[in-house]
Amino acid sequence: MTGETIGRRAAPARMAYWQALDSGRILLMAAAAMLIIAAAVGLSALHPHDITVAPRAAVAFGAFIAFGELFRLALPGGREAAPIAMVGAMAYAMLLQLPGQHGRVTVTYDALLVVAVAAIGMAVGALPHVVAGRPAGLTGMCTRLVAVSCVAFIFRPIVSAGFAKLPPAITISVIALVFLVGWLVDSLVGALIRADDVGARFSVAIRDEMRLQWPLGLSVGASVIIAVFGAKRIGVMELAVFIGPLLVTQLAFRRYAGIRATYLQTVRSLARVTEVAGYVETGHSRRVSRLAVAVGRGLGLGEPELLALEYAALMHDIGQLSLRDPIPGGATLLVGPDDRERIAELGAEVIRQAGVLDDVAELVRYQSRPARGHDPAPPLGSMIIKAANAFDDMVGGSTERNRAAAALERMRLDPVEYDAGVVAVLVEVAARRVPSRL
Amino acid sequence: MVSRAARLYIGLVVGVAAVLVAILFRKAMMDNKFWPSPTEHIRPLAALIILQALFLVCDSGTTPMTSRQTRWSPSSSATLAAVVLLGPVPAALVGASALLSLQRHLRLAERLFNAAMYALCGLAAGEAYLACHGSPGSPSRQDFAAILLAFAAAAAVHVIANHGLIWGVHRLNRERGMWTRNGLESSLALLLASDLGYACLGLVIASLWPVVDWFAAVLVLVPLFVARWAMAQFAEQQRAYAATMSALSQAVETKDFYTRGHGDRVSRGAVMIASQIGMGADRTEAIRVAGMLHDVGKLGVPTQVLQKTGTLTPEEFAAIQLHPKRGLEIVSEIGFLFEALNGIMHHHERIDGLGYPMGLAGHEIPEFARVIAVADAFDSMTTTRSYREAKSIDFALGELRKGAGTQFDPVLVEAFIAAMQEEGWELAGPAEAPPDPATVTVKDHDDPTAPLPVVEP
Repeated sequence: MTGETIGRRAAPARMAYWQALDSGRILLMAAAAMLIIAAAVGLSALHPHDITVAPRAAVAFGAFIAFGELFRLALPGGREAAPIAMVGAMAYAMLLQLPGQHGRVTVTYDALLVVAVAAIGMAVGALPHVVAGRPAGLTGMCTRLVAVSCVAFIFRPIVSAGFAKLPPAITISVIALVFLVGWLVDSLVGALIRADDVGARFSVAIRDEMRLQWPLGLSVGASVIIAVFGAKRIGVMELAVFIGPLLVTQLAFRRYAGIRATYLQTVRSLARVTEVAGYVETGHSRRVSRLAVAVGRGLGLGEPELLALEYAALMHDIGQLSLRDPIPGGATLLVGPDDRERIAELGAEVIRQAGVLDDVAELVRYQSRPARGHDPAPPLGSMIIKAANAFDDMVGGSTERNRAAAALERMRLDPVEYDAGVVAVLVEVAARRVPSRL
Repeated sequence: MVSRAARLYIGLVVGVAAVLVAILFRKAMMDNKFWPSPTEHIRPLAALIILQALFLVCDSGTTPMTSRQTRWSPSSSATLAAVVLLGPVPAALVGASALLSLQRHLRLAERLFNAAMYALCGLAAGEAYLACHGSPGSPSRQDFAAILLAFAAAAAVHVIANHGLIWGVHRLNRERGMWTRNGLESSLALLLASDLGYACLGLVIASLWPVVDWFAAVLVLVPLFVARWAMAQFAEQQRAYAATMSALSQAVETKDFYTRGHGDRVSRGAVMIASQIGMGADRTEAIRVAGMLHDVGKLGVPTQVLQKTGTLTPEEFAAIQLHPKRGLEIVSEIGFLFEALNGIMHHHERIDGLGYPMGLAGHEIPEFARVIAVADAFDSMTTTRSYREAKSIDFALGELRKGAGTQFDPVLVEAFIAAMQEEGWELAGPAEAPPDPATVTVKDHDDPTAPLPVVEP
């Protein structure tokens, strides 16, 4: 997998696909399936005239959606979006008028037709992914289908009621409003699935989702309005022109997500220098970072804080590079508090050199400070790293329950050193630990 | 820095633009055809002013596309919208508003040149549009297919004129611009694609105009700004990435007093060679990283061996020979670095096949590794070591020449020397006295003038 993944909970091996599904996904897919069945049944019951209204538009928008699904976009955090498909589907759901032989014609088709066109377009666009052996992205498609259906069911009746004759200022506002509803549905469903996936709180997941998605959502929204009004004037041909700028925007996002992923990979790899040099046990920094992120998520940290925490946890031992001789076994737990402070200080200094990771440097600096008795108290991230590091120093890669339980007990009995809240979450995280595959 | 030729050139462009615009303006006024036939729903003067405003907003901050000089500005969409809606002369006037650019750092000469350049581009695109039978005014469904062709021609002319005129300045300033010795830079395709992509927005604005009037410009600005935001994020991440990389590689070097900054300098040298031989932007970026990290595997070599005085036992020498492999282990998971991995793995191979770790010869050695080998040896010779003072640049280049064909790739050595003459080289500062003599590497394994003494088995 090339995208960055922040502690996605690994599904135990050797399960059938459907067994790995969680309840949220099953619900979502059921909803999408119901929509598709409803569209099929409803459309076959309709008079053929109602279905064949503007067939060219249906084909053109369907092709646009398929194209968008083909060129999906990987976003930070292992997300996947299909902004171009979203523009196509939303614009088709909110299409007002098309130019006809004798002036403009208001298009009044059923919302179910929108569902059908979107579903077919998505399926066609996903096909090449499946053929090439990439994941089909079923969850994302279902989410988009549900969001588009909501918009269509709100908007198509309004158009049939003669909405298209109103002045542009009003139509633009209403389109923007309905799009906002669709976008909120999309974000909510996305956050639900993600919260389930990574074990985050829903309130945190929805905040992260919106923070990450709003620039793209804004761009898609404006593009939908442009597409609706462009179609009004020059028909579906405009889609051919409009795809150019959309592709360039997507390219910009792709480069952004790409460099972020490379950045994280690089820090992960370079954090291993302490292992290769024999300062710490193999896999230590990665295990500590995995634990720390899981604990941070359990404590309700948002994605930016989690990213800083992951970086800090990966590099928490970098200060050891300045030591003459490696500590036996690399366990910082075994050296005196002064030395630990010094290692933390040296590591923070290294990270501060970069000039762009000052928050990470702070977390590394206070990683050995006791949770109580210091004013100001160390940042939460530092306390998490301290606990995760101590746990790994005592337990290592071993998955023996007794060893972990003893380590946790020792930390629980020392509330001055280790924050009680952090240790409580660490107990939960350690309980669902699966054998690490390092 | 502007050369005299470039100044003349700028004056020429400004003069031609001013004369052409004036002549055509007069002609249009006399024929009473300054504005296109008063079409439905377009108030031409208002449209002109709004498009000029759009141009200035688009132009207010350009975003770097790649690490080098290429910058991207979507302002062409405003000019091209004017081409379709209003015709060539108004399009030139939209372009000329670059004179009032909101980028404060621009000097008067630059403003004049930009204004003249964009005016000429607008004029050329407008004439191309008319020549291909594009009718001025907002397109409608009936003539859309014909207009699409004419617009494509106009956009192409605009992009070509724009880059052509800019290239002239770079050329006369003896900067390379988008050209490298071996032809166009690889990021040019990216730039042209995005220019053409955003040029399409011009037609979108023109189509929307009769329906939503000035709001078309506002609507188009939203995706533009979002794209710019994403590009700015990209640039910021890239900077952060480079800074972090540099900090981490320095951390790796803290062990060895005399090799501080070695990774940074080798990286610089490798990039100099890379741009001299015309490597593309992406590969240059990769070799920058490879140069920085090429010795990271030294961390896996026991410190006692690295710091040992006197002759090495074959076992100890074997441990040193392992360091490129160790480096590979550390960086092997960095996804984008396929070629860089080769560079790190093989930077101690020799053209005559006597190097390590695999004893590859000639062109079996990956290009990245051959480039890094040259920069690596040069930096090692020109920095102070505990057992000798730094050698002079001329001496080091002479050594490289001596080793060309046996240790180094002769083509790359010449490229490096040529790049040195063009760009110069900033030597490492004089090494301060090491605080603790025990932390000093005695023999540098990179130094071709002082081969590691090994006991013959």
